[in-house]
Amino acid sequence: MSIEVVVENLKGKFAASILEVAEFRGETTVIVKKEEIVAICSYLKMSEGFNFLSDLCGVDYLGKKDDRFMVVYNLYNISTHARLRLKVAVAEKDATVDSVASVWGTANWHERECWDLLGISFNNHPDLRRILMPADWVGHPLRKDYPVQGPDRAPYQGGLS
Amino acid sequence: MGVETLGDNVITTSLDKVVNWSRSRSLWPMTFGLACCAIEMMATGAARFDLDRFGIIFRASPRQSDCIIIAGTVTKKMLPVIMTVYEQMPEPKYVIAMGACACSGGIFDTYSVVQGIDEHLPVDVYIPGCPPRPEGLMYGLIKLQEKIMRERNSFGAAIGIGEVINDA
Amino acid sequence: MALTETMTVNMGPQHPSTHGVLQLILELDGETVIKATPHIGFLHRGVEKLSEERTYHQVLPLTDRLDYLAPMHNNLAYVLAVEKLFGITEAIPERAKTIRVMMAEITRLKSHLVWLACHALDIGAMTVFLYCFREREMIMDMYEKLSGARMTSNYFRVGGLSADLPAGFEADVRSFIDVMPGHIDTYEGLLNGNIIWQKRIQGVGVISAEDAIDIGLSGPSLRGSGVDWDLRRDNPYSGYENYDFKVCVEQGCDTWARYRVRLAEMRESVKIIRQTLDRLQAGPIMADCPKICLPPKKDVVNTIEGLIHQFKIISDGPKPEVGEIYQGVENPKGEVGFYLVSDGSGRPYRMKIRPASFVNLQALPQMVQGRMIADVVAIIGTLDIVLGEIDR
Repeated sequence: MSIEVVVENLKGKFAASILEVAEFRGETTVIVKKEEIVAICSYLKMSEGFNFLSDLCGVDYLGKKDDRFMVVYNLYNISTHARLRLKVAVAEKDATVDSVASVWGTANWHERECWDLLGISFNNHPDLRRILMPADWVGHPLRKDYPVQGPDRAPYQGGLS
Repeated sequence: MGVETLGDNVITTSLDKVVNWSRSRSLWPMTFGLACCAIEMMATGAARFDLDRFGIIFRASPRQSDCIIIAGTVTKKMLPVIMTVYEQMPEPKYVIAMGACACSGGIFDTYSVVQGIDEHLPVDVYIPGCPPRPEGLMYGLIKLQEKIMRERNSFGAAIGIGEVINDA
Repeated sequence: MALTETMTVNMGPQHPSTHGVLQLILELDGETVIKATPHIGFLHRGVEKLSEERTYHQVLPLTDRLDYLAPMHNNLAYVLAVEKLFGITEAIPERAKTIRVMMAEITRLKSHLVWLACHALDIGAMTVFLYCFREREMIMDMYEKLSGARMTSNYFRVGGLSADLPAGFEADVRSFIDVMPGHIDTYEGLLNGNIIWQKRIQGVGVISAEDAIDIGLSGPSLRGSGVDWDLRRDNPYSGYENYDFKVCVEQGCDTWARYRVRLAEMRESVKIIRQTLDRLQAGPIMADCPKICLPPKKDVVNTIEGLIHQFKIISDGPKPEVGEIYQGVENPKGEVGFYLVSDGSGRPYRMKIRPASFVNLQALPQMVQGRMIADVVAIIGTLDIVLGEIDR
C-alpha cells in the first residue's frame, strides 16, 4: 500500500481537516488541523498501520508564519516500512496541542521535551514537566528569540580575550 | 665523626617527602564520568594503558578518593552534583579538568554549559584534547604527582600546624 | 501491627552503573522496586540550538559527540540527511558508500564491545570488560589511522569522505575481522555457561513486542522482543541493499534475548565488513557537486575554481531549497534520525535529532517495575543507553 493511498484515505475520512499535502524528496508531509490531531493519529495507527512514532518535535517559525509554531510528527509503519509526516500549526497565543501520548506511549517524553525546549504545552498529557533543563529554568531555549549562549551572558563577539 | 653508622637499610629524609611520596603514589580518583572523556578515562584504566601501575585506582565513593577527574562537559544542571561530590571528598584533594569542555566549555558555547569547571573548583591540572588521548590523561596525572611532590609543610598541615605551601 | 512504608532511594547521577549522568528515583518496598522515575538532562549541551548557528558542513563535528560510542553512525545519519536535503544522494560515488558501510559496521562492533564490557562489569564479570576493551583498542587504532582521532572521528563529509583510506588500512581491517570471530567466541565462552550471568539476566527486564513498539524501542532492544525490523534491510541507505546479512531476532523479550541479539549482530557485522572489503574498488571518494561538496585539497591550492568553491562553502555554506526531510539510520542502539528543516539559507533552520537511547530509556520504568533493586543495573545495561545522545 503506497503512501498516496494512505493520503487519499485520510482525505476521504477527514476531508475538512486536511489543510495541505506536500511532497519533497520523496517524503510526504500532511498539514492537518490542530483540533483533529488525536483523531487522525488514532486513525493512522489503527487503520493504516502507522504503529511507530519515530519522532515528535516542534519548530519555531518566529516572524515567518502567521502561526508561530509547528508541531511535527514523523510516523513509521513497521510492516510496510512507509514514512509519513504530520504537521499542525500552533499559534503563540494559544500554544497548546492535544497530547498523542494515549495513541503512542513514546510520545510522552517527546512531548515533555517539546514543552521544555519550545514551550508548547500538551493537553491531557500524563506528566508534563521539564525534562532536559532543570525544573527551575526560566525560558524555552529552542525558541528563536532565545540567545544561544543564554540570556545572562553577553554574546561572544569573536577575538581573544 | 658525629653520626653513628646507621646500617644498610635505613635512609634519612624529611617528613614532607615521605608524606608527599605516599600521597602522590597512591592517587585514588573518583569514578566520575560525565561524557565522551569518561570513555577515554575507562580506556586508560583498562588493560592497554593500565593506570594501576601508577598506584591509581578508581574508587566509587568520594569519601575514599583524593582526586576528582572532571571528565566531560559540565552543564548547569550537573554543577550542583559535582560540587556536592567535591565537598564530600576529604582533604587533601585535587582536581583534574580533563578535556576541552571541562577546561573551557569547548565547542559547546551554549546556554546550558558551564564554560570551564575552574569557575567553580580549584583546578590543579588542565588536560587539553577532545577527548584527550589516554597518554594525555596519564601525562596529566604524572604532572599532578610532580606537583604533589613539590608541596611543603604537608606533614605539618596534616597534624594541624599551619597550611600546605604550594609554590607550583 | 507492623507498619510498612515505602522507601525512596536516589540512584545517580553520580553512580558507576548508570552509564553516565542518569538519575533514577527508586521507590522501594524492601528490595522490590515499586516505581522508578528517570531524570535526564544532566548532559544537555544544546547541540540542536548550536547547529542553527552553523553551516551544514560545520554541524558535522557536533554529531560526533552525540552517541560518542558510535560517532561514525551519527556522522552517517547526518551526512545522509544533508545529502537528501540537497538532493545529491544519487551522486555519492560507490567507493565512498562502501567505505561508509565498512566504517559503520566497524563502529557497530566498537559500540557493542563497550556495551558488553560495561554490562558484564555491572553484573560482576570483570574479565569480559578487560577483554572487550582490548579488542576495542584494535578498532581505536584503525580509527586513528583513518581520521587522526581515537573517538571523535569526523571522517565522513557531505558528499563523500574527508580522505581516502591510508596505505595498509585494508590489510588492517582484514586481520582484524580474521581474529574477531574468535574473540566473540571467547566472550560467549566466558558468559553463556556462567550460572551467575544466566541467573542475573534471564527473565529480567521483560517487555512484550506490543509494549516495545508502543514505547518506541528500536534496534537490538526491539529485536530482542521478536520484532523483525532493521532499517539497514527495510529502508536501505548507503548501499546496504547490496550486502548479504541476517537480521538477528530473538523471541525471549528479556535481557538474555537482547544479549543474544547483540552478539549475533557482532558476527553479522564481521560478515558485512568482509563483503565491503571484497567490493572495494578504486574510484573517487567525493561527489562531483562543486557548489555543495568540499573540493579536494589539491584543487584548492592549484586552481582558482577550487579555491573559490572552498571559500564560498566555508564562509557562506551551501544553500539547499526550502523543504524538510527526515533520515533514519540503524545505529547500534536503534533508530537515529535527523529531521532537517531548511528555509533556503546556508544554515539549518531547525535540526531535530531522533535519539535512539532517549526513546529506549523511556521503557525503563515499566521494565524495572516489580523487580529487585539489583536488576536495575542489569536493565540499564541491556538498554545500552548513552547519555550524550539522550540529552544532546
